[in-house]
Amino acid sequence: MSPEVLVILAICLPAASVALIWLAGSQPNVREAVTLTTAVAVFGIVLSLLLDVLAGARPEVSVIEVMTGVSLAFSVEPLGMLFGTIASGLWIVNSIYSIGYMRGNDEPRQTLFYMCFAAAIASTLGIAFAENLFTLFVFYEILTLTTYPLVTHKGNEEARSGGRMYLLMLLGTSMVLLLPAILWTWATTGNLSFEPGGILGAAPDPTFISILLLLFVYGFGKAAVMPLHFWLPAAMVAPTPVSALLHAVAVVKAGVFSIVKVVVYVFGIETLASAGTTDWLLWVAGTTVIAASVIALMQDNLKKRLAYSTISQLSYVVLAVAILTPISVVGAAMHIAAHAVSKITLFFAAGSIYTAAHLTEVSQLKGIGRSMPWTMTAFAIGALSMIGVPPTAGFLGKWFMLSGAMETGQWLAVAVIFASTLLNAAYFLPIIYSAFFRTPDESEAASHHGEAPLPIVIALTLTAAGTVALFIFPGVALALSRLLVGG
Amino acid sequence: MFDAGLFNYWFVVALMMTGLYVVMSRKNLVKKVIGLNLFQVSVIMFYVSMGKIEGGTAPIVVEGAAEDVVYSNPVPHVLMLTAIVVGVATTALALALVVRINEAYGTIEEDELFADGEDDQ
Amino acid sequence: MISQLPALQIVIPLLAAVLCAVLPRGNWAWAVALGASWAMPVVAGLMLQEVLANGPISYAMGGWEPPWGIEYRVDAASGFLLMLISIVGAVVMPYAQASVAAEIEEHNVPWFYTMYLLCLAGLLGIAITGDAFNAFVFLEVSSLSTYAMIAMGKDRRALVAAYQYLIMGTIGATFYVAGVGLLYSITGSLNFVDVAARLAEMETSRATLAAIAFITVGMSLKLALFPLHVWLPNAYAYAPSAATAFLAATATKVAVYLMLRFLFSVFGIGTTFDALPISEIFITLSLAAMFGASIVAIFQQNVKRMLAYSSVAQIGYITLGIGLANKMGMTGGIVHLFNHALMKAALFLVLGGVVYRIGTVKLPDLAGLGRRMPVTMGAFVIAGLSIIGTPGTAGFISKWYLAVGAFEKGWWWLVFLLVTSSLLSVVYIGRVVEIAYFREPSKEVASATETPLSMLVPTLVLVAATVYFGIDTTLTAGIASQAADVLLAGYR
Repeated sequence: MSPEVLVILAICLPAASVALIWLAGSQPNVREAVTLTTAVAVFGIVLSLLLDVLAGARPEVSVIEVMTGVSLAFSVEPLGMLFGTIASGLWIVNSIYSIGYMRGNDEPRQTLFYMCFAAAIASTLGIAFAENLFTLFVFYEILTLTTYPLVTHKGNEEARSGGRMYLLMLLGTSMVLLLPAILWTWATTGNLSFEPGGILGAAPDPTFISILLLLFVYGFGKAAVMPLHFWLPAAMVAPTPVSALLHAVAVVKAGVFSIVKVVVYVFGIETLASAGTTDWLLWVAGTTVIAASVIALMQDNLKKRLAYSTISQLSYVVLAVAILTPISVVGAAMHIAAHAVSKITLFFAAGSIYTAAHLTEVSQLKGIGRSMPWTMTAFAIGALSMIGVPPTAGFLGKWFMLSGAMETGQWLAVAVIFASTLLNAAYFLPIIYSAFFRTPDESEAASHHGEAPLPIVIALTLTAAGTVALFIFPGVALALSRLLVGG
Repeated sequence: MFDAGLFNYWFVVALMMTGLYVVMSRKNLVKKVIGLNLFQVSVIMFYVSMGKIEGGTAPIVVEGAAEDVVYSNPVPHVLMLTAIVVGVATTALALALVVRINEAYGTIEEDELFADGEDDQ
Repeated sequence: MISQLPALQIVIPLLAAVLCAVLPRGNWAWAVALGASWAMPVVAGLMLQEVLANGPISYAMGGWEPPWGIEYRVDAASGFLLMLISIVGAVVMPYAQASVAAEIEEHNVPWFYTMYLLCLAGLLGIAITGDAFNAFVFLEVSSLSTYAMIAMGKDRRALVAAYQYLIMGTIGATFYVAGVGLLYSITGSLNFVDVAARLAEMETSRATLAAIAFITVGMSLKLALFPLHVWLPNAYAYAPSAATAFLAATATKVAVYLMLRFLFSVFGIGTTFDALPISEIFITLSLAAMFGASIVAIFQQNVKRMLAYSSVAQIGYITLGIGLANKMGMTGGIVHLFNHALMKAALFLVLGGVVYRIGTVKLPDLAGLGRRMPVTMGAFVIAGLSIIGTPGTAGFISKWYLAVGAFEKGWWWLVFLLVTSSLLSVVYIGRVVEIAYFREPSKEVASATETPLSMLVPTLVLVAATVYFGIDTTLTAGIASQAADVLLAGYR
């Protein structure tokens, strides 16, 4: 099959599986089989696209011209390829995990859960492969809408208010900031395509650039740059597989991915660097990195702590982009990949603890490493990657960011990266320490829960292994990241 | 200002405003309909007076009549025949509605209709 | 036959209406109405095709040549509107059978279809006629039948709503006819094209300005421009469901069209927009509608009333496009006229289904409905998304054009107000979704089942159309932009 057909198939297959999952709703085994089969098939398609892209192809498909000059079109470029590969690959693992988690916790409305999940993946791939801002916007909004039922899955008051916040913040930012930004781009340039070097033309007005960038950065509310980050902790009411894939990989990454994409392909790194009015972005991103880490330090709820850690790590990517050197953009792309595998591991571990021991708070985890060695080892690997310790994936991204920052003498960025590394260590290491080296409470010791169900353990072992593997074999991810900046 | 030749406009405007005022100020549904009628009649008057031409006669072409006969414009009159029909139909429907309202509510006073606060729901 | 199409467009529903009135059985009347209303899109489609291929059609009614006789004139703008009214009229008809039988007393059913067809004929007549006074007659034909239809609602408040609408509507129509009278006294003609040509030759006098004012205010009443909208919420809330869906989609739109005709084609943009602050007035009132009516909608307990207020807000988007008076803005306004008709009709049809099953549309009574009537409420969600203006739905297309139009004028603040106001619709649509999906069902809801198929299919057709016209806009935006060209160019 030609790459063009594969692109369409990668998006349509998960979308079509929504209907199949619905039809198979009454038979859980068939339903899960459909999910898994689709996940594997989509990953296969994406991998075959990956080979083409690495070979230098840029498959393009234009589906329909919605308005004059505004098309629904797809084009696979390196960054989107990287994002698509991660999202579709982790969907398989996450599906395995979901089966263990949803059955282990006897969750209601599982069919709706799997349907929305597949729809969310379809829209994520739509975002990844979008050829222009319009297509990106369409799938960005669909992603928000399809994940809303997932966030409110529990259906209680807490889930409803979390969902309300989620929907209003994400729809609000995208409609009030992102849409005007896109319209403004369209009104100014008459072009919405992503093109290497940007589409704004040579030397546009610096003030215009600065305002437009502001609209884009906050318009992509999914990137959770402070002060528009409240929705992410609120969304933690969702079941853990949702938090894991969507709020560590698909949704939030869609935000930072879009920012990187807009900076590279709409503004152009060189245009932005020469305009010189983007220092505020460094400050905003830096502040978010530090502030979110400090807040994370104060959270006792494990998922909340992970959520704030996510906010902090997302702004790393924004920070890396704001440094505006090719090498730091490579770092940004690498960090998208590294953070995805490590954060999903951490969330898997949190969910595993919840399923097996029904614990949610950090202070309850004393000595849990003895009864759940697999889970906590995986957790430790994920945490080390967050801190940026080799041999884990997190080290790579930080390394490139630091190189970029030092190269251009952005000492602010360097300071932020060092300070946050310390803070990351401060909020992750105590968990690992107390899990392995402190004596369990009496109630914990008496509960004899053991490890979580097998699918959960398999899933988190896979992602933990992936975290290490990405450090040892960074080849593909690095190649894509380098292609992104034309190196 | 007070050009005698424009007195028809003054008359029309006065009638129109009277009608509009009655519609707005009266609480009784039948009186409102009467106000509405006045309002419509003012426009009919306006058209009719517009068609009249000084010294004009009825627009009937008679064979052998003088060449310089001035005719009034018949079109506005004809238009108003239609408008009168529309007005009658409107009044009939309005009164029919008032009858039904009286059956359903037992009153045709506007403030009593809304007294029970049923509309707030 | 083909050359008589413009007459058929009006004559078929008029004759069918008379036939319905003498039929003894509701279902017979329904069958006649169904046949007549299904013929309409065919006629309108053939004419639109002809217009797009060969330019405007002019038809001399009764063989009397314009400007003395009544001219029926179909161009891109009126053809587009004829198509819209015909489609909505045809889609609502199959739905009406079950809905009307449930909501209207047996002996009144044939009368309902009579009124429905008269209203259809009146609305089509306004769109097709090229004669100012003839437009008034059709306006009253559609209005009188509308009042009667509203009064057939089950709730006794329907009577008061109909009465209030009658008073306001008649004032609006009388204002219009007074304006036409002034115009006649200036130009001595009633034919749109002829009036436009004669006005172009003379200086703009005070009488012309007064005529513009009378016609604009009169039409603003009929199209429910904020703050002249007070008749609309109750009328829509208490009318029979099928009537609400039909009227919400068409009645106000036709008034918008007639106003556009006068402001742009007859008086010409040079007179109206340069001599008078019409642009400023429309933009201010539109913004007031978009925000004011949306905020009021948020606090409604009756979902039909909520959607009625939403209509007032959405009409604000249409008039905003008129206020912008440039090609993109006008295209946005006109395409929203079409898109809003589809999505609002779909929403009211959904509510008709809900009334059919549980007998109420009070917000708290809808608790848990999402699980009992998944397809119906799914339709509500998608049409609601279109109201919000999510990309991939028709509502987004309109907002896109409006915003581009505002940017072209350099009014970036207007773009922000536009997108902010759509956030308010997230709140009122979201309230319904939350209650329908997250509350435990009440006793009535627990035993409810899906809407019957004859009502569900028309609803789904409209919902599918809102999605389709959000992706493929060659028909809607394409014709709307031609219509905008026609209007902006005037008759000259």
